[in-house]
Amino acid sequence: MTNDSMTTQMPAPRFYDLEEHEHPEGGSTMLGFWIYLMSDCLIFAVLFACFAVLGGNYAAGPSPRDLFDLPLVAVNTAMLLFSSITYGFAMLAMQAGRSGLVRFWLAITAVFGLAFLSIEIHEFAGMIAIGATPQRSAFLSAFFTLVGTHGLHVTFGLVWILTMIVQVGRRGLIAANQRRLMCLSLFWHFLDIIWIGVFTFVYLMGMLR
Amino acid sequence: MSDEAHHATDGAAHGTLRDYLIGFGLSVVLTAIPFWLVMERPLAAGPTSVLIVGFAVVQILVHMVYFLHMNGRSEGGWTMIALIFTLVVVAIAMTGSLWVMYHLNANMMPMPHELRSVP
Repeated sequence: MTNDSMTTQMPAPRFYDLEEHEHPEGGSTMLGFWIYLMSDCLIFAVLFACFAVLGGNYAAGPSPRDLFDLPLVAVNTAMLLFSSITYGFAMLAMQAGRSGLVRFWLAITAVFGLAFLSIEIHEFAGMIAIGATPQRSAFLSAFFTLVGTHGLHVTFGLVWILTMIVQVGRRGLIAANQRRLMCLSLFWHFLDIIWIGVFTFVYLMGMLR
Repeated sequence: MSDEAHHATDGAAHGTLRDYLIGFGLSVVLTAIPFWLVMERPLAAGPTSVLIVGFAVVQILVHMVYFLHMNGRSEGGWTMIALIFTLVVVAIAMTGSLWVMYHLNANMMPMPHELRSVP
């Protein structure tokens, strides 16, 4: 085969752009973080489905009516809702470019988040103390897995908030920190949305069973 | 706004103080009513559970609009596409699990203590 015949057989020339285009730093972070939140949503969906299937299997053990303290859950819900609005205030302060105010509202958010976690740990400890451990029944396994996974997310959210307080203190409201604060905003509000599902399906529906 | 800062905040809409306060006010009401319904029990269990699920769905929508500032335009619509895809998968996982598991329970071989009631 000669070089000449090869060129006559070739279709129209194609060009491949092997050079990487320059992407602005963080240009796709928000979408990427959103996709992560959606995958997290699927984790919670599976845990909710698990709880919905197993939530009535008490194995002659304690039922939601014996275990849940609704006023305490209401206080817990209020803590998370307060932390959501204070995080909103932090975002407004960020838009105004006031880094001191951002850190102040982040700290308030962390206090509410810590209050939420403390109440939840207190509730878990009370249940475990009377023998309502995850090993007791399928209902309790599903309960601790679902509510515990949410609590774990809140814990990591708290670590993130504390990190951002330090970051904003050191570097100020640079573009990277603004991006991080916006991702954290999505994460924190997302956790509040999951909690709406938890208090409705686990606690309120549990009391109606 | 510098170009870099613009890219960093591109794609997600900003809220205003008014948005956050409306969202917070609605959330308080939409949380308080279901708790009151279950703690005071003015209605039977059936209607109560339907109502509290309704309140939860509305509150989730309120959070999405007023706290997450969701709309169909951010990131060229891709966040909305991802959300819709997720909701479809969530719906399949939830209804599928419940449907299959309840039918499994119904079709299960009767246990010895249940056999006594079989004629």
